[in-house]
Parts: sequence; C-alpha cells; structure tokens
Amino acid sequence: MSLVTATIRRDLLLAARNPGEWLNPLMFFLMVVALFPLAVDPDPKFLARIAGGVIWVAALLATLLSLDALYKADVDDGTLEQWLASGESLYLLALGKALVHWLCSGLPLTIMAPVLGLMMALPNDAYWAMLLSLLIGTPILSLLGSVGAALTAGVRSGGLLLSLLILPMYVPVLIFAASAVYHAGLGMTYNGQIGFLGAMLALAVCLTPFAAAAALKLNLSR
Amino acid sequence: MWQWLVRLYHRLGSPKWFYELTSGWIFWLALVSVIGTVIGLTLGLLYAPADYLQGNSFRIIYIHVPAAIVAQSGFVMMAVAGAVFLIWRMKMAAWVARAIAPIGASMCLISLFTGAIWGKPTWGTWWVWDARLTSMLMLLFLYFGVMALQRAIESEEASHKAGAILSLVGLVNIPIIKYSVEWWNTLHQPATLKLTEKPSMAPDMLWPLLIMIVTTYVFFALLVILRTRNEILWQERKRSWVQQLPEMAGGKR
Repeated sequence: MSLVTATIRRDLLLAARNPGEWLNPLMFFLMVVALFPLAVDPDPKFLARIAGGVIWVAALLATLLSLDALYKADVDDGTLEQWLASGESLYLLALGKALVHWLCSGLPLTIMAPVLGLMMALPNDAYWAMLLSLLIGTPILSLLGSVGAALTAGVRSGGLLLSLLILPMYVPVLIFAASAVYHAGLGMTYNGQIGFLGAMLALAVCLTPFAAAAALKLNLSR
Repeated sequence: MWQWLVRLYHRLGSPKWFYELTSGWIFWLALVSVIGTVIGLTLGLLYAPADYLQGNSFRIIYIHVPAAIVAQSGFVMMAVAGAVFLIWRMKMAAWVARAIAPIGASMCLISLFTGAIWGKPTWGTWWVWDARLTSMLMLLFLYFGVMALQRAIESEEASHKAGAILSLVGLVNIPIIKYSVEWWNTLHQPATLKLTEKPSMAPDMLWPLLIMIVTTYVFFALLVILRTRNEILWQERKRSWVQQLPEMAGGKR
C-alpha cells in the first residue's frame, strides 16, 4: 500500500472514529442557514430568491471551518517530516488530503443541502442545479483551501488567518454556483455556470496540489 | 546581451550592490515624482476641459486611475519577485516582494477611496457592486492576506516563501476573479450605474492622465526602493559594509 492510499485510509478511519470532525461543520451549515429566515425575512417568496446564495455561503463557511485541522495534526506530531523523508510524491499526497477533506465536508454538505432547500423554500426546478453545483463546487473549495491549510499549518491561531487568505479566492466559485442555482430557480438554463465550475475544478485539480506541496515543505524550515 | 543579463542578475542578488546602486537614484526618482505630479495635476485640474456629462467631478480620475493601475501591476510584480525567490533562492527578491505588499495595498485603498468619492456625485452613492469595484476590493483582500501571512510566520525564510506561494496562487486567481465578477455583474445589474464609457478621450484630458500614470509608477518605484533599502540595512545590520556607511554613523552614539 502506497503512502498516499495509507494516508487516505488513516484519515477516513480517524474521521469515522471521531464523528465530530465531519458532524460539526454539518451542524454549523444547518445553523447558519437557519439564521437567515430569522434575521432577514421568513417570507417564502423572498427566501426562494436568496436560497441558493445563502446555502452556498453557509457551505463555504462550513468548509472553511473544517479546513484548519487538515494538516495541523500532521505538522504537530511529525507525520509531515516522515512524508517528506519518504520521497513519495507530495503532489499526490496533497491531492489525497484534499480528497479526504472533501469526503468529510463537501460530500455530507451536498447530501444535506436538499433538506435545507426545503427550509429555504428553494424552487423545485433548482434542486438539481444546487446538487450539481455543490458536487462540482465543493471539491474546488477543498482543493483551494488545502493550499491555505498547508500555508498556515504551523502558525498559531491559523484558523482566522486561513479564512483571510482563502475567502477572496472562493469568490468565483461562489458567483458561478449561486448563479446556477438562482437561474435554475427562474427556469433558465444553467449549463454555462456548471461548465465554468467544471473548468475551475479541472484547473484546481491540476494546480493547487503543487502549491500545497510547496507550502507543506515550508513547515520544516520553521 | 545574455552574458550582460546574467551578470546583472548576479549583481542584483547582492544587497550591497543594490544599496549602492540605488543611492544615486533616490534623488532623481523623487524629483521626477514631484515634477510629474505638479505638471500632471496642474494640467488635469486646471487646464483639461470639464467632462460634458460629469462636469468637474471627473478630475479625480487623475489620482484614481493611476492608483488602480499601479495597485494591479504591483501584485504582479510582487508575485514575480516571489517566484524569483522561490526558484533561484534570491534573497533580494524576497525583500522586494515584501516591500511591495503594503505599498500595493495602499494604492489599492487609494483607488477604492477616490472611487467612492467619485461615485457619490456621479452615481449618487458611495459604493456600488460594480464589477470593477468588486474586483479591486478582492485585490485588496488578496494583498491583506499576503501581508497577514507574512506577519504571522515567525521564521524569516518560511514567511518569505509562504508569501511568495500565496501571491503566486493569487496571481492565477486574479483573472478568474476579475472575469467571474464581471460576468456576475453584467448578468445581475443592467447598465444603470456604469462608468460612462469614453472610447476616445479628448487629448487634453488624456495627456495629464498618461503623465500621472507614469509619475505614479515612478513614485511606486521610489517607495519600493526606499523600503527595500531599509530592509537591506536591517537584514545586513551586522555586516561591516553597513556599519561603515556614513548614514549609520549617527546611530552608534
């Protein structure tokens, strides 16, 4: 078993035995969405208009929340040094870590989103768009976020810093995804937005692991 | 030519050489900044004709546009300097990259601030979610991110590298952000509030603007060089060549 598959297996096992890791962001997601009708307006017509955007902003924040821990333990307990010493491809490792993060945050969020759609009076036509956009968009969040997580892994109280670094980069994903849901709700086509998300995902898969791998190496020179 | 470039590159890597080279530049850069500002602003504020739509309020363009252009190219310069540092481990490049960050962020702030002042009489509001405004705001956030990251990491080497990696990732993202924001804006907002497009600016208006853009670049170069020189003095403060500098004599009382 190669290092990458072993790491993926270990991280998934850890997540399975410590459900808080993936449950907490999920609950956060639910609570944030629930705040909007309370704070703004519970009128279904109004909610239907903002549903896609609110769900996407909440998903983005929930992803950020769980990113902080992505590399922290590995840097603190010396696992990272073993990875670097092993000579295995850090690119694949970073890709694997992002995949695990997506499995523990993006995928549950996507599965739970239809329930939130009901609460937010999401128009019926928009459900597929929401699921598709989350399915394609949340991996981008995990991949971009893994760069930030690698950069801030050795920094004390890096969580807030991580959000500062990564949030501006999430803007394009948010724009296209929320717009796909919104336009689907109006009965318009949303192929273009989903296509852009797919292109961004392809770009992110190719490029972000390089940056994350370079950032991981920094944690040794501290 | 190639040999000359390689030699120039190796020399640029030496802080001492850079410091001595730029000592003579500061006066001239400052002089050009002052003269350019005086000429550009005089022409722009006093002699350029008033805009037929916006009247005199358009004149803030002579500060707004140069600041915005320099803020954007500043990020590219910072990322390129970071890349030079990452690839060839040239310390000077890292110092230059670090010197650029706060100056670029200030330029970004200036352009946002003057934009708000300009927006009030023109659009009737301080802030509009216009595509350009939004992408400038994102650029400011990216600058803030790089600066925050550099400050948070204690180890010198690691903080330079982290800043370089982040600015390179940001560089790839800037066009994506720019075009996605433009696309979002054109879909959601019809052109009710848009900068009046002026495909051909009158030459009387254009010349002062070009002068101001060049001047702002020179001023930016001056600030970057000054900050880099300070960084050199601080980093090399234990080296004998710094301690023998005449300007350091006052500090050793």
